[in-house]
Amino acid sequence: MLEVRGLRKVYGGHGRTVEAVRDLTFELKAGELACLVGPSGCGKTTLLKCIAGLLAPTSGEVSVHGQRVAGPPADMAVVFQEYGRSLYPWMTVGANVELPLKEKRLVRARRRQLVTDSLAAVGLHDVENAYPWQLSGGMQQRVAIARALAYEPQVLLMDEPFAAVDAQTRADLEDLVRSVWQRFGITLLFVTHDIDEAVYLGERVIVLSASPTVVQHQVTVDLPTERDQLATRSLARFAELRAEIYQQIHQAKAASTADRLAAEALA
Amino acid sequence: MTWLLRRATSLAFIVGLPLVVFVALWFGTAGSTNFYLPSMQVIMDSLASDWLGSRLGDDVLPSLARLAMGYLLAAVLGVGLGVLVGLSRPVRQVLEPVLEFFRAIPPPVLVPVLILFAGIGTTMKVFVIASGAVWPILLNSVEGVRAVDPVQLDTARCYRFSRRALLRRVVLPAASPQIFAGLRQALSIAIILMVISEMFAATNGLGFAIVQLQRSFAIPEMWAGIVVLGLLGFVLSILFRFVEDRVLAWHRGLRRAERS
Ligand SMILES: Nc1ncnc2c1ncn2[C@@H]1O[C@H](COP(=O)(O)OP(=O)(O)OP(=O)(O)O)[C@@H](O)[C@H]1O
Ligand SMILES: [Mg+2]
Repeated sequence: MLEVRGLRKVYGGHGRTVEAVRDLTFELKAGELACLVGPSGCGKTTLLKCIAGLLAPTSGEVSVHGQRVAGPPADMAVVFQEYGRSLYPWMTVGANVELPLKEKRLVRARRRQLVTDSLAAVGLHDVENAYPWQLSGGMQQRVAIARALAYEPQVLLMDEPFAAVDAQTRADLEDLVRSVWQRFGITLLFVTHDIDEAVYLGERVIVLSASPTVVQHQVTVDLPTERDQLATRSLARFAELRAEIYQQIHQAKAASTADRLAAEALA
Repeated sequence: MTWLLRRATSLAFIVGLPLVVFVALWFGTAGSTNFYLPSMQVIMDSLASDWLGSRLGDDVLPSLARLAMGYLLAAVLGVGLGVLVGLSRPVRQVLEPVLEFFRAIPPPVLVPVLILFAGIGTTMKVFVIASGAVWPILLNSVEGVRAVDPVQLDTARCYRFSRRALLRRVVLPAASPQIFAGLRQALSIAIILMVISEMFAATNGLGFAIVQLQRSFAIPEMWAGIVVLGLLGFVLSILFRFVEDRVLAWHRGLRRAERS
């Protein structure tokens, strides 16, 4: 369904080049929920932008439904890391959610229904006529999610969507993501740098190394499908999975430090 | 009710100080015997009889029409070109030095040149007004468009907005606070250029009339003309603020939310 093959991205220009992503290969099956973890600055956002067709990879390719991605694919939606800035402050919440649907040329009645349903699905009622800046951060993030859901995508990409909300809201939103994933049957790639969150949410966790970035490790999360903040997180298996991923990341860090020290010693 | 009260207070502030100044001038100049500085009462008499009489149609309206046409032309050109230049880096690199050069030319010197091409009629004056008023609009539009948040643009691309929607729904609204800043500066420049262009070569208009009245020593009428000009600028600026308050209401709210 979603394939990333040999993806490499080098940012260039102004005499300084940054290799954000070295070589990434992985695959998501239709209807799967995978979490991508990796240290800050390892190129998660870069990867997501390449998948979304917003950035052209330096080499390698991304394909969705077996079709190579050259521009933003039709049935994909993205929830950006900077959710507050991705909502348009000159439009009401309702208009923000509705605009992509207008661009999709849906008829008015259908649009109204999708707007109402998607806002209800994220637990927002009576905010359609409010402006995004009248809402709290957590509510704004819900609006961004509602906009993505109303678009009825087959693939949904989420980039560290809960990095800036408080712990309670975060827990609520995590459960929200699980429930909409189940309800709408979408393929979901969820980026985070929080290992606990990755294990709690995902059916699979893809661990990225520190820069130069490759896929370090993949773990299938064999926890029950019905998850609960308290019960799931206190399972022995949850702790095991967490420990495994921690260890992988720790090794990756040690390896990259050793590499660097070796390189410095040679120089 | 509170809304009404707020409106009333803001109106009191707008009208209050000018009213105080007017009253002070009224009594300060009462019984003036200076030929060049007639009393406020004499000026107001001439304002009522002369300027609100035949001159309204003969001079004020033609001036207003030129101002409106010149300003509108500047707005359309400035925003249109500004969006184009702001969106495209190559266009910007080619055009920027040229624009800087033309911007540096004081618009009044264009009057003699434009008389050659466009005569001394309305066309010339409209062009003079537009050629001066276009710059703040153009430069602010370029800046506004360049400063559009890349996340907002990425969002629009992800949801595959058409070019038209991208412009109308994202780029223009995002740049509108800056565009309005340019439009506001352009308004006062346009009024100045309207008067200057009419002083050079004209057969009617506010600028023309004031010069004529001065030359024929109709001093109270001349002063009354200047009061009319002042009133015109004042009313237009209030109208502008009224429109701006409505169009940019979201921006005010956003700023307030960010501060708190
Ligand atoms: N437009 C750009 N031009 C040049 N370098 C960039 C650009 N965008 C990102 N980078 C660099 O690429 C690397 C990866 O950045 P990216 O934003 O993809 O990381 P990330 O994993 O999403 O980080 P975070 O967890 O902080 O969101 C960083 O070193 C960053 O400085
Ligand atoms: Mg990121």
